[in-house]
Parts: sequence; C-alpha cells; structure tokens
Amino acid sequence: MTIDYSQFLSMSEEVSLLAVVLVLFIADLFACGKEERALACAGGDDTACGCPCGGHVRALLPVVLLLAQTIFILCNINTNAAAVSSAFGGMYESSGMMTALKATLNVGAIIVFLMSSKWLGAAENRIKQGEFYTVTLFTLLGMYFMISSGHFLMFFIGLELASIPMTALIAYDKKRTESAEAGAKFILLALFSAALLLYGISLLYGAAGTLYFSKMASMPVNLLSILGLVLFISGMGFKISLVPFHLWTADTYEGAPTPVTAFLSVISKGSAAFVLFTILAKVFGTGTGFFGLWSVGFFWIIVVSITVANLFAIRQKNLKRFMAFSAISQAGYLVLAVMGVTEQGMAALVFYLLVYLAANLGAFAVIHVVEQNSGKVGIDDYNGLYKTNPKLAFLMTLCLFSLAGIPPFAGFFSKFFVFMAAFNAGYYLLVFIALVNTVISLYYYLLIVKAMYIKENDSPIAAFTSDCGTRAALVLCTVGVILLGLVSAFYDGLSHLAGIAL
Amino acid sequence: MEYTLLILLLPFFSFLFLGICGKWLSHKTAGLVGTSVLGIVTILSYMTAYAYFTAPRGADGTFATLLPYNFEWLPMGNLHFDLGIMLDPISVMMLIVISTVSLMVHIYSFGYMHGERGFQRYYAFLSLFTMSMLGLVVATNIFQMYMFWELVGVSSYLLIGFYFTSPAAIAASKKAFIVTRFADMFFLIGILIYGYFVGTFNFVEAGADGQVVDTMGQICGFDADAAKFIPVALGLMFIGGAGKSAMFPLHIWLPDAMEGPTPVSALIHAATMVVAGVFLIARMMPLLQSFGTIGGHTVLGIVVWVGVFTAFYAAAVACAQSDIKRVLAFSTISQIAFMMVALGVCTELPTGHHHVGSLGYMASMFHLFTHAMFKALLFLGAGCIIHAVHSNEMSAMGGLRKYMPITHITFLIACLAIAGIPPFSGFFSKDEILTACFAYSPFVGWFMTAIAAMTAFYMFRLYYGIFWGTENEELHAHHTPHEAPLVMTLPLIFLAIVTCAAGFIPFGHFVSADGQAYDIHLDWGVAGTSIVIAVCSILLATFIYIRKRQPVADSMAEKFSGLHRWAYKRFYMDEVYQYVTHRIIFARISKPIAWFDRHIIDGFFDFLAWGANALGYNIRGLQSGAVQKYAFVFFLGILALTLLFLLA
Repeated sequence: MTIDYSQFLSMSEEVSLLAVVLVLFIADLFACGKEERALACAGGDDTACGCPCGGHVRALLPVVLLLAQTIFILCNINTNAAAVSSAFGGMYESSGMMTALKATLNVGAIIVFLMSSKWLGAAENRIKQGEFYTVTLFTLLGMYFMISSGHFLMFFIGLELASIPMTALIAYDKKRTESAEAGAKFILLALFSAALLLYGISLLYGAAGTLYFSKMASMPVNLLSILGLVLFISGMGFKISLVPFHLWTADTYEGAPTPVTAFLSVISKGSAAFVLFTILAKVFGTGTGFFGLWSVGFFWIIVVSITVANLFAIRQKNLKRFMAFSAISQAGYLVLAVMGVTEQGMAALVFYLLVYLAANLGAFAVIHVVEQNSGKVGIDDYNGLYKTNPKLAFLMTLCLFSLAGIPPFAGFFSKFFVFMAAFNAGYYLLVFIALVNTVISLYYYLLIVKAMYIKENDSPIAAFTSDCGTRAALVLCTVGVILLGLVSAFYDGLSHLAGIAL
Repeated sequence: MEYTLLILLLPFFSFLFLGICGKWLSHKTAGLVGTSVLGIVTILSYMTAYAYFTAPRGADGTFATLLPYNFEWLPMGNLHFDLGIMLDPISVMMLIVISTVSLMVHIYSFGYMHGERGFQRYYAFLSLFTMSMLGLVVATNIFQMYMFWELVGVSSYLLIGFYFTSPAAIAASKKAFIVTRFADMFFLIGILIYGYFVGTFNFVEAGADGQVVDTMGQICGFDADAAKFIPVALGLMFIGGAGKSAMFPLHIWLPDAMEGPTPVSALIHAATMVVAGVFLIARMMPLLQSFGTIGGHTVLGIVVWVGVFTAFYAAAVACAQSDIKRVLAFSTISQIAFMMVALGVCTELPTGHHHVGSLGYMASMFHLFTHAMFKALLFLGAGCIIHAVHSNEMSAMGGLRKYMPITHITFLIACLAIAGIPPFSGFFSKDEILTACFAYSPFVGWFMTAIAAMTAFYMFRLYYGIFWGTENEELHAHHTPHEAPLVMTLPLIFLAIVTCAAGFIPFGHFVSADGQAYDIHLDWGVAGTSIVIAVCSILLATFIYIRKRQPVADSMAEKFSGLHRWAYKRFYMDEVYQYVTHRIIFARISKPIAWFDRHIIDGFFDFLAWGANALGYNIRGLQSGAVQKYAFVFFLGILALTLLFLLA
C-alpha cells in the first residue's frame, strides 16, 4: 500500500505550525546552548553573556513566526461552500470555520507569548525559555488536529497531544510547590477523564461499528451508545471545565504560572468547546435520537455551571482562583451556543470565544504583570491599585466590564448573540436563567473594580512600569474588547463561514 | 438635517478628549471645553427643532418623520441592527430638554464643583452621559435605544459614584446600576421576544424612494396569530422602563443616588435619565394601543395602576423626609408617575378625540418638558443651598431667604410651578394630565388631584423649612451663608424664566397624539378644583411651617414667667400641629410606608444578595483540594448524567 503524500498539502495549517515548532526548536539549540552560559547571564545583560541571539530576539522570534503562520493560514482560508477539504480517507477535515478558529487560537497564543516575554527572560527561566514556546505550540498543534478530526481516534490523539504537554506547562515553575502540585493534580485528573473518554469511544465503536463521524449518525440509540455519549460529554466537560467536572480548575489555575493559566482558560477551553459543537452536530445531531438526550443533559450542566461558578466566585480571595470560577461560568455561556447546534450557534460560539479571548487574556495580562512586579495575587492586594497604577486599573476595568457583558464592550455583543442563538433554538428558560446570572456576575466583577478604585489601602501595590511585551499584549486585548463588538465585519465573517460549515 | 449627527458626535469627542487629555488640562480649560461643546450642541438642537417644526406639515396635517441617518450595523440572519437618527416630534422635543438642562448643569458645575479633585473627569462623564441620552432619544430602533439606555446606565453609575472616596456614594452607585440592570434584563428579554416575533427592531425604515416607512404602523396591522407574544414583549419592556423611571417597587435606587454631586442629580435624576422610561412607553405607544392585552389586562392599564400607586406612595414618603435632596427625589418619583399615568390613560390613540381618549399622550410629554425645567431648577437651587450651609439636612437651614435672595425667588417659582399654581408652567401640564385622568375614570382623576395637593404641601414644607422658620444660629455663627456665585445663579435665573414662560407654549401644536395641531384649552372645572386644592395645601403648609420655633427662647421663657404663658401657648399650638401632622399623618401613614420601603422592599433585594453570599459560603467545602474527592465528584457527575439520559 502506498500513501499519497500530496494529501499532506491539504493539511497545510498543521504542517506550517509544525514547521514553526521545528524552527523554534532548532533555533533554541543555537540560541543559548550551554547551561553554564545561561547561568552566567543571570546577572548581566544579553550582549555580555555571549548568546548569539539576544533575549529580545528569543522572545520575538516565536511571536513573529506564529504571526506569519497565522497570516499564512488566513490567506488560504477556505470560503468556498463546496470545498470542505478532507484527507486520509476522511480522518482529517478542514473548513473555513475551522481555519478561523485556528487563527483565533494563534492570536491567543501570540498574546500569551507577548505577556510572558519578560517572565521568560528572567534569570531562573531563561534556561528553559525555548521549551515554553515549543511545548505551548505542541499543545496548539494537538488542538489543531482535534478541531480538524473526522474520526474519533484522530480526535483522541489530538486531545492527548493538547493535554500532556499542558501538564509540563502547568508544572513549568517546578521549584515552586504550588506549580508542581497543580501539574500533578492536572495530569491525574486528565488521565482519569481521558481513560473514561477512551472507554466511551470504545462503547461508541461497539454501537456503531465505525468511528468516522460522517458514518456514525445512523447509530442506534441503546444503552451502549448512551453510555458512550455520557462518557464523551464528561470528557469534554473536563476540558471545558463544566460543573461537575470542573473541580481541578481552581487549584490548577491558582498553582500554574499566570501565562499558562491564561492559555488554559481561553485557548484550551475554546478549542474543546468548538470540537464539542462539531461532534455533537455531526454524530449526535438534530436528526438522531440522541439530540433530545443531550439537550436535557446540557440544560442542567449549563444551569449548574453558571450558577455554581457564580456562587463560588463571590467568595474568592485569590484573584487567580476568582478568574477560575469566572472561567467556569463563562464556559457555561460558551456551551449555551452549542444548544440546538444551529448555524447561528456556531457563529455565536466562535465569536464569543474571540471576545472572551481578548477580555480574559487582558485581565490575565494585568494579573501577570502585577504578580511579576509585586508578587501579589490576592483581591485585597488590589485595593487602591487605581491610585498607584491608574492605567492598569483602567484596562482591567474594561476587561471586567466586557466579561460581565456591559455594552458597548464586545462582551455584550458576544453574550447577546449567544442568547439570541439559544433563544431562536427555543431554549427560553435557559436564556432567562443565564440572563439572571449575568446580573449576579456583574456583582462580583464589580467587587474587583471596587477593590481597585475605592477601597483604601495603607500599602498599595507600588507604581511600576510594565514591559513592552505586556504592553503590546494589553493594547491588543483592549483594542479587541472595544472594537470586536462595534465593528460588524467580525461577526459577519463568522456567520458567513458558519453558513458554509453546516 | 445632516448636522444632527454632530449633536451626537460632539459630546462623544468631548468625552474622549477630556477623558484622555484631561490630566494635562487645567480645571478651567476642561470645564470650558465641555461647556462650549455642549453650547454648540444646544444651538444645533435648537436649530434642528426650529427647522423641524417650521417645515410645512404633510397632507394629513402631521410633521413628517425624518431619518437623516440610518445605516445597517449588525446583520443577524433576517434581523438587523441599525444605528441612526430619527426625528419626530417627541425626539426633537427631548433634544431640547436634554441639551438645555445639560448646558445649564455644565455652567452651574463650574461653581459647584470648583476645586474638586477630578474636575476634568467630571466633565468627561457629563459629556458621555449627554451623548448617551441624546443617542437614546433619537434611536431609530429598539436595539439602538437599548444600547444607549445601557450606556446611560454606565455613565450615571460613574457620575453617582463620582465621590469615590465616600462609601455611601459607592454603595449608591452600585445599587443604582444593579437595580436598573435587573430591570433592564427584562427589557432585553422583551427585545428578544419582540425581534423574534416581529422580525424587525426598527421603529421606522428608509423606504426605496427616500420615503420614511412607518414600520411600527405596519406591525400594528399584524394578524392576531403573529401578534400573540407582542404584548408580553411590551410588558417586559415596561419593566425595564419602570426600573429607569423609578416606578414602585424598582424605585429604591433613586433616593440613594442623591449621594452624587447635586448638579448630577439635576441632570440625571430630575430631567433626563429618569424620564427614559416614560419616553420608551411614549415611543411604543402605537403598539401598546394595538395589542396591549395580556390575559384580559391591558399593559396600559398596568401602567396606570403602577403609576397611580407610585405617585401616592412617593408623595407620602416625601412628607416625612428631612434631607432636602431626598424630598426632591421622592417628588421626582411622584411626578414621573404622573407622566406614566398620563400615558396609561391614552386608550384610543389613532382616532381618539383629543380631549377624551388621547389627551394623555400630549399631557405626559408636556409635563415631561415642564417638569424637566422646574425640577432641574429645584435641584440646582438645592445645590446652592447645600453649597452655602454644607449640609443636606433641613435642620441646618431655615431663614435663608435673607442670605440667598436669588436662590430664594427662583426656588419659590419652581415650588409654585410644581404645586400647579398659574401662570407657572407646571399648572398647565398638570391640568392636562388631570383632565385626561378624569376622562379615563373619575376615581383616577380625583385620586391624582389629591396627590397633586400632597405635592403642593410637601414642596412648601420644604420651602418654608429652608427659607423661613428658625435660623440655625449655632451653625451660622461661624459660617454665614452667602449667595452662590453668578455662574451658579445664572442657570437658576434662566430656568426660572423658562418655568414662568413654558406654560404658554402651544405645546399641542408640536406634540400631540395623532400628530395634528391641537389647541390646548383649559377645562376650568378641573383647573379650578386643582388650583383651589393646591392653594389650600400651600396655606396649610404656610400655617404649620412658616413660624419660627425657637427652642432656646422657649427655655428662656420658662425662666421668665411673664413670657412663659405666651411661650407655652405657642408651644401648645405647635404641639397640636405636631400631633396632627407628625403623630397621625406622618407616624400612621408616612412612617409605615417609609418603613415598608426601607425594610421590606430594600430588604428583599438585600436578601437576594445575602442569599447568594451565604450559599456560596456553604458549598465551599466541595472545593477541598483533594484529588480523590475531585475524581469522585467527577464520577458522580457521570452517574447523574447517565441516570438523566436513561430516564429522559
């Protein structure tokens, strides 16, 4: 049997990302080869320690390459309805919507790289700076495969490729106990959920006799397939961190280095939510007997996720834990777009993700830069931030307003589209409950605003100047928070692509 | 009419400019920039109004609705959201109200906010607020209205919380924001339902040949089947309107919002934002008339009863307040309820007889106009007084007429206007409302007349408490009150002149229910009754409150027996009034209502917050940090889902 190698050409997105990873990997070998040299760099500047590439280049290279790759895939975006390309007998599929999502994830990764540049350039991390980039991009590659999979095994491989390197990232600060603990917790629970997911897939195989998405729609509804569906949903629930599969989230978010938390909260979650949408649409879609089942299931999962996360968020003292619960509740809104698996829902989901990416990464960039400069992450530590660092406090407020969904920030539009999609799909009660919860969420997001602007503090976080990378990240996020909603081209484009994809 | 776009853009740019560059500007420059931009906006608004109302009427005797701007902004399936400017009689009228009051507040704030920290920020927020409010009234569709509605909420949150170092101001701004957003949630659901069943958000649309198509009029022609859910949507929208316009029981934010700077109260809580709900109902009036029935009750009927109750309730509470701004706040609630009632009693709009079925529409808009002017005047006057005595409490005032002649006279004019004494503007508009109420039902008519009497009473209680009565010698000894600077008194004088003159505007020629010119004529039966009742109330208030009660003199009188009897009698007389008013009226009626307000209505909202907090605390144990437990919960989740799927 021979393989038609030209099929790899239709995987240009994955191949180009892999090329970026390899270039970075090799560049890292030459960048600062010897550990001793790196250690010598600890105190001095970049030119003195003799690295062929200076610190700035090492930080810039991944950003530039990833940006080039993003532009490359966006230029080749498939906007033609007829040509949903597939390769390897349907194992791999690609549509314009998937490309748009991949580009979105890339932008997220770029922002994370930007905000972490100073942190990675610090003495204790410089030696492993290269790993951070390659490992992050490997998880991204896994997500690419997951998104474009046309077969359950392909999907599972993508999922694992996305989650195992993630553990390395979470435990990146290995000398810090919390980071190591978070990594351990994550890998244990990830394995637990992956095992159950794989078991579910095997049950589905038993029921359908095939694992190609396109051929599984005729699967009979019986105990075997239902259990398979439940295990699949729980596995995805873990990735998206939906209640009751969410318990790892707070501990992991708190322990992981902040840029990793940011990556985890947006990019990892977003890709999983999209895959959940496509698989539910293709395999358990509206025409099958499963539709009614998972509709009821997700109804409760969404209600519980949003409500429980909101209740927990009110009580948090640590900002990263707070953001974890905020992320769980946001995940509930994200999955709201899945309900009914409509065209409008798909556009709303990707748009929600795009907006959430800008707002959440913006908030994390502020948390990260404050943590870097003062070592503080408690909500009480933020008391009086406005007096010492007014710009940061202001940007944080914009991001929180967007997360709470207050017009005219982008978050309002994304929530509105999601509600509209669910409403049109007939989930009136669910939309009502979600709306009530937006009022509660406004309360706790305002708690942070209150801390920054109003509360008195004898020893507020001292004024500092943030580094260029973080500034660039913050500018990108702020522009996103303001413009994504007001410029209608974004949503228009996505809804056009969604029309093709479904 | 292309320049109307500038009316929105100028304040927005002024907001951006002051917000971004304010730091580098001196207080004076920032204030001048904000004020002069607003001045231009006011001139443009007046030009628009002049051009609009002097244009010839159409064949059917109405002013044409204009659509100078409308562009499709966000398409969503077959629905689309537009942004644009729509000019019709009520939106043009609102342009004048908003720009005038806002300009006065801008000028006045020069003096009032003099030397405050964040002066530039204050002007930036004022510009933002004005822009949002203007955008709200010229909205071409319900969605644009909602967008600006929320923006109004955000900017008022920023303005109420302007003194962000004061915990009370912060609590108040948060309360205002959250209560109104709670109401807005229903508004949004209403919009969703409306869009879903009607298929468009637009009030009017640009037709193919440059004509303006009355979309709302077409919707009125819908058959019964498609129209089944429209009343529900309208009802939900009314809840949103009730939140912004502080109708019972969503009024609780307004009295607290008085913690903001006083000019802000004048702008937001008297003249503009709080009437947004009234404007919304007026805007949706054709639909409310065509299909306003939910289960046998008309939405307009609900509006009437909510309005009537709120008007009474707020007037009763206003009698028992000692903080002058709170008296004004409750009086605002009561007056807005008058406007709501007037809209609610419009039973037949398109063909109705002017003086019977559809008078309320014109009356409500007229009262909105006059009330905005005299209530802004009252608030600005209150600002001058607070500025002079550094307190909101009536006990710190008394006898101020000697020290502040301009404030005194203008305040008196406003009080006469709100009490409904001719020839001041409030008389004319209130008379129209009462006539409309009598046409609707005699009970509502008499009830509203009684509330009008209460209004006259509590306003003059306030007036005498501030300007007459006992002077607070102790306070005035080390700080003699003085008249406010010219920059603050000029707006007062201007608004006072408007208040004197506005009643003679032939308002019916500009705004009326069916758009045709209509001559206001007084129904002397109603007008005479209301004048008599108002005068009686004022006399009663005069009788009780004009005298000087001098506790120091009283105790002196006890020592000097010659004066003792006189002092005793005086004291006794006071006690009688005290007993009648305070023990019976206040203690038996007003106090329980105030208590009900503080404890039951407020308490309910507090309980919601407390409940969320407490529940959050109790389920914390789940999140223990032990991985085994997490895996166990995970497993339980799978089990629950499986059971759910098998049983579903």
